[in-house]
Amino acid sequence: MQNPINPHENYENTLREIGYVPLNKATQEDYDRIGFMSGLEVHQQLLTKEKLFCHCPAGVFQNSDDYDAELIRHMRPTLSELGEYDGTALMEFRTRKEIIYHIKNVTTCTYEVDDTPPFSINREALGISLKIAMLCKMNIVGEVHITRKQYLDGSIPTGFQRTAIIGVGGELPLSHKKIRLIQLSIEEDSCREISDIGHVRVYKTDRLGMPLIEVVTHPECVNPNEVAETCNYIRFLNRSTGNVRTGMGASRQDVNVSCAGGSRVEIKGVSRIKWIPKLTHNEAFRQWALLAIRKKLLDRISDYASWKTDWSYIDKKVLRLQLMEKEGGQKYKVVAVNLPGFAGILSHFLQPGKTFADELTNRLKVIACLEKPNMTHSEDFMQMISPFEWDKIKEILGVKKGDAQLIFWGPEEDITTALETISERCRMAFEGVPKETRKSYPDGTTIFERVLPGADRMYPDTDSAAIPLSNEYIEQIRNNLPDDVIIFYHRLKEWEVPEDTFTYIFRKNLFPVIEKIHTQLRVFPKFTGLFFGHRLKYVEGHYTASPDFNYDLIFDLFSFLKKEKLQFDLAVRMLPLIYEHPNMDFNSILESIRFRKSSKDDIAARIGFLKQRFMKDHKSESPDACTNWIMGQLRRVAEGNVDLRELRKRIIQV
Amino acid sequence: MADDIFQGYKGRALETLMKYNIRVWGQVEIDSTRGKFLGTVLPRAENDDDLHIVVKIPTGYNIGIDIDTITGIIETGYKKAVYKIPEKEFPYTKGLPKVKLLGTGGTIASRLDYRTGAVIPAFSPGELYGAVPELAKICNLTTEKLFAVFSENMGPEQYKKLAVAIGKEIENGIDGIIIGHGTDTLHHTATALSFMVQNPPVPIILVGSQRSSDRPSSDAALNLQHAAYAAGHGDIAEVMVSMFGPTSDEYGLLHRGTRVRKMHSSYRSTFRTIGDTPLATVTTKGVKPIKKEYNHRRKDRKVVITPVFEEKVAMVYYYPNMFPDIIDSLVDNGYKGIIIAGTGLGHVNKPIYPAIERAAKKGVHIYMTVQTLWGYVHMFVYDTGRDLMAKGIVPAANMLPEVAYIKLGWALGQTNVPEEVKRIMLTPICDDITKREPYNGYLVYQGGLPEVEEFIKKFHK
Repeated sequence: MQNPINPHENYENTLREIGYVPLNKATQEDYDRIGFMSGLEVHQQLLTKEKLFCHCPAGVFQNSDDYDAELIRHMRPTLSELGEYDGTALMEFRTRKEIIYHIKNVTTCTYEVDDTPPFSINREALGISLKIAMLCKMNIVGEVHITRKQYLDGSIPTGFQRTAIIGVGGELPLSHKKIRLIQLSIEEDSCREISDIGHVRVYKTDRLGMPLIEVVTHPECVNPNEVAETCNYIRFLNRSTGNVRTGMGASRQDVNVSCAGGSRVEIKGVSRIKWIPKLTHNEAFRQWALLAIRKKLLDRISDYASWKTDWSYIDKKVLRLQLMEKEGGQKYKVVAVNLPGFAGILSHFLQPGKTFADELTNRLKVIACLEKPNMTHSEDFMQMISPFEWDKIKEILGVKKGDAQLIFWGPEEDITTALETISERCRMAFEGVPKETRKSYPDGTTIFERVLPGADRMYPDTDSAAIPLSNEYIEQIRNNLPDDVIIFYHRLKEWEVPEDTFTYIFRKNLFPVIEKIHTQLRVFPKFTGLFFGHRLKYVEGHYTASPDFNYDLIFDLFSFLKKEKLQFDLAVRMLPLIYEHPNMDFNSILESIRFRKSSKDDIAARIGFLKQRFMKDHKSESPDACTNWIMGQLRRVAEGNVDLRELRKRIIQV
Repeated sequence: MADDIFQGYKGRALETLMKYNIRVWGQVEIDSTRGKFLGTVLPRAENDDDLHIVVKIPTGYNIGIDIDTITGIIETGYKKAVYKIPEKEFPYTKGLPKVKLLGTGGTIASRLDYRTGAVIPAFSPGELYGAVPELAKICNLTTEKLFAVFSENMGPEQYKKLAVAIGKEIENGIDGIIIGHGTDTLHHTATALSFMVQNPPVPIILVGSQRSSDRPSSDAALNLQHAAYAAGHGDIAEVMVSMFGPTSDEYGLLHRGTRVRKMHSSYRSTFRTIGDTPLATVTTKGVKPIKKEYNHRRKDRKVVITPVFEEKVAMVYYYPNMFPDIIDSLVDNGYKGIIIAGTGLGHVNKPIYPAIERAAKKGVHIYMTVQTLWGYVHMFVYDTGRDLMAKGIVPAANMLPEVAYIKLGWALGQTNVPEEVKRIMLTPICDDITKREPYNGYLVYQGGLPEVEEFIKKFHK
């Protein structure tokens, strides 16, 4: 039997059929055509000394191999408050994972591993979360109720995250539109995963329990760049309080994406905002492609209720998979599955370089715990099996024209779950886009992570009492709020600070320092803005910061220059030294850069002599060339002593 | 109360609900000075204040709304939640042992209670099967709910009823018995049953959970499976406690009912055998004895049930500067027996002596145990000890204080004759007193020591 489908051709054809365009060529019309819709859940760690529900230190981290003890847990699904089991919970239960926690005494107590009930909530964290909720213009709750949100992946040893709503509603004023918010919650951070192989998943507990907030937006972004802009705005707003953590992993976002007729799919834990456009773009088109697959399948098989797979164990004598034997040894079973009517589907385009078959292989890994590579199929780009072997397998399965086949392998005890997983996912293809969470890769593609949990996984925390928020307490916080980021934005615009510096300024929360230098020292904000946004950014990229360096030192520097009646330009030369040696006094720094104080007149006095010298050698050159040459000669002594623009004027005058 | 439409609300919060004509489980839109809130009104815990209304918002979270900020509420719908563990008929499997689960309450199976905001027990074979389907592979389980009380409310009445119920089950040919129990006083009940049910032909396993079964990481399911296995398949026919060995989900320990004690307020591995090794380890694959000597499972039904208890027995935890009136008041209030948990080898200070003398003369039975929990009472080592014995205190060897308390109540339930009481008290039953303390009966390792740290790292906690 000849294979009628050419996988590569089919991939390219289906890519064209659904009208996929790459991100850099896509226009708003493309997104409108597929009904792009996206919203965010932005997580931000708060800068507190201790964790949220115990007194362990926050922000102390360990290497994965550095631990004092380990313990094992298994997670079981339980009923929600409303008496329902959660879909994710049931999926996780089916995977039968053994969860191992690596514990280090300095960062973990008996609370994190669920052997002690929670202590009362960290008030410092509560205060910061209220501040941010108010900056988001939210409706603040009257009483904070700690809720348990089930997570059966083991990322939290209790099997649930303690979380509570601080505010609902609210909005973000982006430069061209408003994005409405759903809610802000305070929650404990989860474990960091060390590994996940077969039925064993290993976590470390250093990050577990650190205070975190989550800001959730409505799905109102209509293109990938808008999602990134919204995310940036939330990040800048969080940072404007000065009370949040920065650095790798301190802020992470889950991005919700759907296309018209698709489903809400959550891309989890995106740690860099610059990855968002590509991820959301690809996800919307993946859903668009799945809808195309749905249509194709329904055209072929209208009554899919009776659709089912046929399968058979394959004797290793019939088929020798070298790769599989290397991976799993002799104990592995090989199973061939026939997917009726799925010809052309397995190699159907879903994401750049990814096809429908990838959905199957990833679910096999996550749900049935079959390590990849765990399968091959009749439309694989790289055929692992000869056409002759395929023919034998097709004969065993008794296939018909228009069917597709796959072969997977794994330990015997996982075969049943694997078969269920395959047939479940194929069945979903008749229905459209499964609601799921997906894990992102830097190349902009995503893979299946879990079934999307619903509201059914919420349960009141019976271990803690509700926390009332009085009007007085709320007003006290409200009176100490920083200005809105959008106000900073408009003010920087007014000051004519170039826009290419904004991201850096907001990301580092530098606006308050710029403003302080402006109001107290009367330095032009445009100069300070550039100084931070270009000079400091450059220095940060090229020098190593001392741990003692902080941005207030730059205020001190400008203040020193003003007092000494020196030009602020000098700051540029001083900056790298201050950055590396913040404890050096400014006078010593001036010495180190060989700066000598001279009066304006002393410097100006040299102009006449220099001019003569230049004219002697370069009679034919333009006056501009002369001025430039003299500026070059004088720059070193002039910088800091006179305004260089003023000096230039004087050169021309002489 | 099914028809209470304002569950848990009182005072001003209740007035607010009534003012706007809002029911619990009503779907509402609330306008307040802090903005608009949408959700479903939930019941409120009885002990919470009367200043807030609890609402479940559409994302599933609960919030409280300050009634003083409310400017209006409209009810737009009504949806009552029914919290129910899916009940499935417990399947009968031919060839598996018959095990009876006697329910007393506690957290082994539980659900949310809106009245207190805490969890309350839920219990039926169907519910248990729904929650822990693995049980059906271990045994044919039937259940009987004897009472639904929290652990701290268990007392002599319940001990006696339990003993009688156990006797009846044994007579009816059961292969093993599980008793579901809250953990706080699990060891008191285990001790009481060790005395009241002697020479049982089948295992009697007391089990609880340190994390209620409404939590994904609960130890309830595994504890229950261990108990079912030990009860149905184990060879040790004694009254035992089956709870986690380590805090990890790995194996359980079977502790003798008279030597076990809850040693941590919240750990999963809280139950420890004191002054001896546990009887065995248990997993869902089998019971592995640690001790060589134990009572084996038998075919006969010869069990001795002695369901008696004198309630006027007290336990006094001695502290420096204790005044004699503590003892006096017990005597004056008609107490017939006193267990003292003394310091060190079993001491109290001189000012107490006259009170002890007085009590003994009035016929009160006084026994000495040690606060140190580990080790024996040794009243010959110091003069104070000799004086105390002369005044009528009987040393109770290495009986745990709680065990001595239960045993004295049980003994006084049978006789009031001092010599007879003393005979019962000092005759070892189920190792409540052991003749010797093995070197590995006292192991309280100290963290920080390199060899201990090495051990901790090597084995799952």
